[in-house]
Amino acid sequence: MTSTLAAALPGWAYGAVTILGLAVVTVLSRGFFLWSKRDLRLPGALQRALQVAPLAAIVAVTAPEILMTHGELIGTWRDARLPAALAATAFYAWRPGVLGPLLAGLALYMPLHIGLGW
Amino acid sequence: MHLRDLSRDRHFRHGASDMLAFGPGLAAWGLVTGVAMTQSGLGVGLSILMSVTVYAGSAQLASLPLLASGAPMWVIWASAFCVNLRFAIFSSQWRVHLGHLPRRRRLVLGYLLADLNLVVFQKAWPNRDVHETGQARYAAGGAAAVWTVWQVSSLAGILLSSLVPLSWGLGFAGTLSMLGIAYSLLGDRTAWIAAIVSAAAAVAAFALPLKLNILVAIAAAVAASVVMARTDRPGERAP
Repeated sequence: MTSTLAAALPGWAYGAVTILGLAVVTVLSRGFFLWSKRDLRLPGALQRALQVAPLAAIVAVTAPEILMTHGELIGTWRDARLPAALAATAFYAWRPGVLGPLLAGLALYMPLHIGLGW
Repeated sequence: MHLRDLSRDRHFRHGASDMLAFGPGLAAWGLVTGVAMTQSGLGVGLSILMSVTVYAGSAQLASLPLLASGAPMWVIWASAFCVNLRFAIFSSQWRVHLGHLPRRRRLVLGYLLADLNLVVFQKAWPNRDVHETGQARYAAGGAAAVWTVWQVSSLAGILLSSLVPLSWGLGFAGTLSMLGIAYSLLGDRTAWIAAIVSAAAAVAAFALPLKLNILVAIAAAVAASVVMARTDRPGERAP
């Protein structure tokens, strides 16, 4: 279904449909237990099992973005992403947060990537 | 209650002002997400559409590499749903406080309530098991504040970064933010194992078509955490 749709629609329209679907995902997830008239609760075992899902999803998307290039593990140390990720990690260990590690990583990434072409 | 009356309501204003204490951090985060969207190659129009409609920072960031690599819609949606599963769990908490509203209002308000809203709400109303008068209006005030700060800063990020050439690789800011989010979610041993399993599986299964490696990795991590929970329980050790 998706492939025929992709062929039929121009790129921006395909992107727009994907994005509107993501909006529906937000509505569904934030309203999950607000929908029903009755008081529903997730069984405890299922809730515990799903607790790691958000972390797993974020790691699954992030790890290849940092460690891989063209479908292979990075084979050279001359890739700006590795030192940037290490800098962000070190910063996080020093001061946990999102913004600090991000800036620390970018401070290394930008000169290596733009300056040296890593 | 009419929107204009709502903006004059004591609880609504209180909810908004409590939230604005987090304004600077929220604005920085919105800015980065705006930059990451445009720099992933989404373009200004689609970035604005995403910011205004999807309105879930971490799911937006996680979808960007998948969108850029041409993953099928259902894989992108399923991955985003997994990232958003925490909201489903939060919504059962919100139900205690918002359950009295009509369904449509419940769902609209629920859609607007992000992570930070629940944190701030629970600080102001520490009793998690009872509904109190004014809670829905307090939540609405917080929602309005977060929405405004987020959309303005995200729009600023989109417009400013559209001036930066894609070759600078500023889209990597999105990846680095996700790294920070992942670290902040690492708590107990189960979370660590889940993260390691997920990273290894996502890389090992990278060659799968349709970006299915993402879903495989999530499934592997959830399975690992279930096995860990079984073996950790005292008196029920696996052979």
